[in-house]
Amino acid sequence: IALAASTAVADESAELVINGETEIVTRADAPAHLDGALSEVTSGWLYRSDETQAMQMDDFDNPGMLAVEDAMVAWGTAEGTENKSCADCHGAAEEGMAGVRATYPKWNDNAEEVRTLAMQINACRTENMGAEEWKYDGGDMLAMEGLISYAGRGDTINVAIDGPAQAMWEQGRDMYYTRTGQLELSCANCHEQNYGNMIRADHLSQGQINGFPTYRLKNAKLNGVHSRFKGCVRDTRAETYAVGSEDFIALELYVASRGNGLSVEGPSVRN
Amino acid sequence: MKSIIQMTAGLALAATVASAEDVAPADVVYEEYGEVTASLTGIAGDPENGIVVMTSRGKGNCIACHEVTALADYPFHGEVGPMLDGVGGYRSEAELRGIVANAKHTFPDTMMPAFYKTSGYIRPGDAFTGKAGEEPLPPLLTAQEIEDVVAYLQTLTD
Ligand code: HEC
Ligand code: HEC
Ligand code: HEC
Repeated sequence: IALAASTAVADESAELVINGETEIVTRADAPAHLDGALSEVTSGWLYRSDETQAMQMDDFDNPGMLAVEDAMVAWGTAEGTENKSCADCHGAAEEGMAGVRATYPKWNDNAEEVRTLAMQINACRTENMGAEEWKYDGGDMLAMEGLISYAGRGDTINVAIDGPAQAMWEQGRDMYYTRTGQLELSCANCHEQNYGNMIRADHLSQGQINGFPTYRLKNAKLNGVHSRFKGCVRDTRAETYAVGSEDFIALELYVASRGNGLSVEGPSVRN
Repeated sequence: MKSIIQMTAGLALAATVASAEDVAPADVVYEEYGEVTASLTGIAGDPENGIVVMTSRGKGNCIACHEVTALADYPFHGEVGPMLDGVGGYRSEAELRGIVANAKHTFPDTMMPAFYKTSGYIRPGDAFTGKAGEEPLPPLLTAQEIEDVVAYLQTLTD
């Protein structure tokens, strides 16, 4: 125990306030739909080292903010056959996108599908602008997701799981508890049963996605939810699912709902 | 509980192949509490190589989940499984062999992976590539590597 404790440098009782003003909820009562599987839901920020935690506390130190600045330019740039920009329809991002990130993924009535933020951005690009789709989890897309998260930072995650989204939510829940690959590990094995524990040199969090997109020090860029899922599934020595696939959309819907009650933090900083 | 016929058949098999070749993963006989009595190879385990297997990421990577004071020189021990100090004192060789080969016979639903198993997986992959793998997969450890780890664990008596 002593040896493991000395390698765990995270301060799990730290409080996250960004720029000295935006208070972020990093611990909340678990939502009822977790049926008592967790008593409390916690942000991945709590499990990172002091230095990594500090980087997210000030936007000048948060390298993810550089991508947000790029996205602010894209937001105002007209594109496509309609020669329109996001700003033409949505106004200033800070206002037009306030409250948006906290509810995604969500059911879209017109399209009759559950849409992730990336899907909605691409729908606007193709249908409303006549522009090319952005690559799922590509740089342009993650930067825009970063901007939309920034605009909704501090909002309480509130993903709906009932109504027409319910079937997909149940699919995601089944995936979360399925032990895949040659290591026969489920998301729950690591992120529900062992959060707070070290697994080799990694300090396990609850695998929440309220902080996405996340700037990872490991690859020095913003990272998307599906790419992160893909890495975790691969690490069970399993055949992964594709980024943007129905499977990962279902898993994202479910995992997002596990974070109901936490704050939108993106772009967050992780190792 | 396993039937007597299954058990004796398995033991007989183990005995006859012991000196010739390894007991195949599907032929390992687990007793009531998951113990495996017979050596998987008939060749005594090498505890020095057991250390290599326990600490290498590409092999057992046991310390990813377990702390072992005697292996403190190899950095980063996990906290997912119990500490293994003294395990050679309170577990028999047969119990240790069974736990390392496939701990699910001893601890149903345990998170510990089965190191000597080749099929029956959900979405089996080709090692860590993320691509599909085809069963039977190579077991995570060879029969001799299991014997080596068991030999090492037996040295952990305090
Ligand atoms: C020509 C108008 C138009 C343009 C240009 C446009 N959008 Fe939209 N956007 C809409 C409309 C209309 C909706 C509501 C659609 C719906 O609910 O089906 C919407 C919805 C959204 C939503 C979901 C909001 C919510 O509350 O769920 C996001 C996010 C979004 N747009 C982002 C963007 C981004 C990013 C761009 C530029 C890359 C963009 N939009 C460009 C018209 C536009
Ligand atoms: C073998 C253990 C293991 C399994 C199984 C696993 N993960 Fe992870 N996961 C990790 C580790 C280690 C990290 C990095 C440290 C952390 O944030 O927990 C991580 C990080 C994450 C993160 C980033 C959290 C953040 O705050 O940035 C998410 C999201 C995640 N995992 C989701 C999942 C999902 C969904 C599954 C199942 C499909 C899964 N993980 C399966 C070990 C695992
Ligand atoms: C992914 C995590 C994980 C890995 C990797 C792992 N174990 Fe375990 N191990 C566990 C857990 C959890 C238990 C506790 C059993 C239970 O679930 O009740 C355990 C139990 C054991 C026990 C029984 C301890 C006792 O007190 O009786 C032994 C012995 C053991 N492991 C050895 C190993 C060896 C040797 C390796 C590598 C070849 C290994 N483990 C790899 C998770 C792991």
